[in-house]
Amino acid sequence: MIEKYCDVAVIGSGPAGLAAAIAAKKAGAQDVIIIERDTELGGILLQCIHNGFGIEIFEEDLTGPEYANRFIVQAKDAGVKDLLDTMVLDLTPRREIYAFNKRDGMIKLDTGAVVLTMGCRERPSGALAIPGYRPAGIYTAGTAQRLVNIEGYMPGERFVILGSGDIGMIMARRLTFEGAKVERMIEILPYISGLKRNYVQCLLDYDIPLQLKHTVIDIKGRDRVEAVVSAQVDENWKPIPGTEDTIPCDTLLLSVGLIPENELSKKAGVELDPLTGGPYVDDTMQTNVPGIFAAGNVVHVYDVVDWVTKAGFVAGQHSGKYAIQHKKESERKLRVIAGNNVHHVLPQFLDPQNLEKEPQELQLRVKWPVEDRVWVKVEVDGKLIKQQVEKYVRPSEMIKVILSPEVHKKAVGGRELLIKVEER
Amino acid sequence: MVKEKTKLICIDCPVGCEINVTYDGETVLEVDGNKCKKGINYAETEIVDPKRMIVTTVRVVKGLHTLVPVRSTEAIPKNKIFKVLDKLCKIELDAPVEIHQVVLSNAAGTGVDIIASRSLPAMME
Ligand SMILES: Cc1cc2nc3c(=O)[nH]c(=O)nc-3n(C[C@H](O)[C@H](O)[C@H](O)COP(=O)(O)OP(=O)(O)OC[C@H]3O[C@@H](n4cnc5c(N)ncnc54)[C@H](O)[C@@H]3O)c2cc1C
Repeated sequence: MIEKYCDVAVIGSGPAGLAAAIAAKKAGAQDVIIIERDTELGGILLQCIHNGFGIEIFEEDLTGPEYANRFIVQAKDAGVKDLLDTMVLDLTPRREIYAFNKRDGMIKLDTGAVVLTMGCRERPSGALAIPGYRPAGIYTAGTAQRLVNIEGYMPGERFVILGSGDIGMIMARRLTFEGAKVERMIEILPYISGLKRNYVQCLLDYDIPLQLKHTVIDIKGRDRVEAVVSAQVDENWKPIPGTEDTIPCDTLLLSVGLIPENELSKKAGVELDPLTGGPYVDDTMQTNVPGIFAAGNVVHVYDVVDWVTKAGFVAGQHSGKYAIQHKKESERKLRVIAGNNVHHVLPQFLDPQNLEKEPQELQLRVKWPVEDRVWVKVEVDGKLIKQQVEKYVRPSEMIKVILSPEVHKKAVGGRELLIKVEER
Repeated sequence: MVKEKTKLICIDCPVGCEINVTYDGETVLEVDGNKCKKGINYAETEIVDPKRMIVTTVRVVKGLHTLVPVRSTEAIPKNKIFKVLDKLCKIELDAPVEIHQVVLSNAAGTGVDIIASRSLPAMME
């Protein structure tokens, strides 16, 4: 396993991650690395080939890939490193990252600070209360977007889209451009859930029928979708009998909402707000776990990308500061190591600055008993700084060693403080 | 004078103002409901000659992906959209593609170019 250290690790390379990495660098963090499971930087923006991005930040109307590119260039110029095609599998409360890729295998990354920018995922079809089989031909709108815009694969010819979110509306136009027929868009609410501009330029422009206050109550077809059955709903969202309508089609797209992607966050002990589905954060975008920050759709689902970028800047700047502070402390601190016949010792780290001010106590347990007088010796980088005699030692009895401020001079600047028990 | 009235939704920004337009033939007489002056321009072109940006993809040979996203440099007349799409689906670019490289100039006689909206490196062997 490869083991490395970096000051700030950013998980996910969407607009939130790119902004966080740039800001961490600007705040003075040296080693900033973005880890991305995809083969390119940019996140979901790469498949959002339509325009409408960046009006707030750049006062320009950019496409998703162009908006991403602006920040990819800035990140590269700032010296941000990346680890592509690499999936983060685990994150601990001590900010250790375990990631995997085909080149290096397993990678362990110790970090000064972490920024979570994993984005969100789409609500899957399993979350829908539609009975019957799950034939081929049911996709989330985002999956279809990736297939059509990046992979160059058309998932069907005749579509019904459930949900009137922006991704769904944009896909309605996109599929029309590619020669498909969008039979209908169905929305359970009495109003569209996406932007009005998308209603105009994606549905109205191409005469795509929209049915509000309707839902899909059945999907026909066993191997492949053959039709969907829609029905009107009452105020309680219950289908009204007699309003059923069978719409022949071969593909159903679901555009029914996004959920922050927080499987990793949970592993690190990050607490999630049940209302947003994302972490609780403070005004620096820090989560409840010290040194773990979060920004973008992983925190709550945004509708304008410019705001995602701004949140990324805040998280990145504070993660950078945190990492610098952490490094200063840990460079000063001695690592306390259990030597001969020492099972473990506390604390695991010792700050010589505190030793200068007052005596510091080490607590240890031995591995095996010695019913005779022994030396307990303390060394810093191989030089003895203190020894004491114990009449006997037993694993069941904890031993205390007090380091007095006089030994501070011998300890300062050192890297390792070793404690060992030797027979006389 | 034959005054006509219609309702439009402005698509210039995410706000989506609902605007009422009074017009006579190709002359816009009155615009209201718009929150900024973009709404006036929008209403004027929408009545006379509605225009839209084109965003789609074009095939690429031996690229990192098989497609590259493209867009028009400015909005084109709505009634030319499918003509331009027709032209674009016959184009095949060779990788690498540079961001903002012109893919189709003067698309369908509109005077507007279609450009790549990202760079696409060649496929790794
Ligand atoms: C399908 C879809 C389409 C959208 N379309 C639009 C749109 O048209 N307009 C708009 O304004 N907004 C759109 N949004 C909202 C959009 O997500 C945000 O505007 C913005 O892109 C969110 O940025 P982000 O950085 O938070 O997340 P993302 O851009 O989603 O980036 C998250 C990144 O994290 C990576 N990642 C996640 N988990 C791991 C892991 N364990 N290890 C390594 N990498 C990981 C992902 O691969 C991804 O690249 C869309 C969202 C979705 C899901």
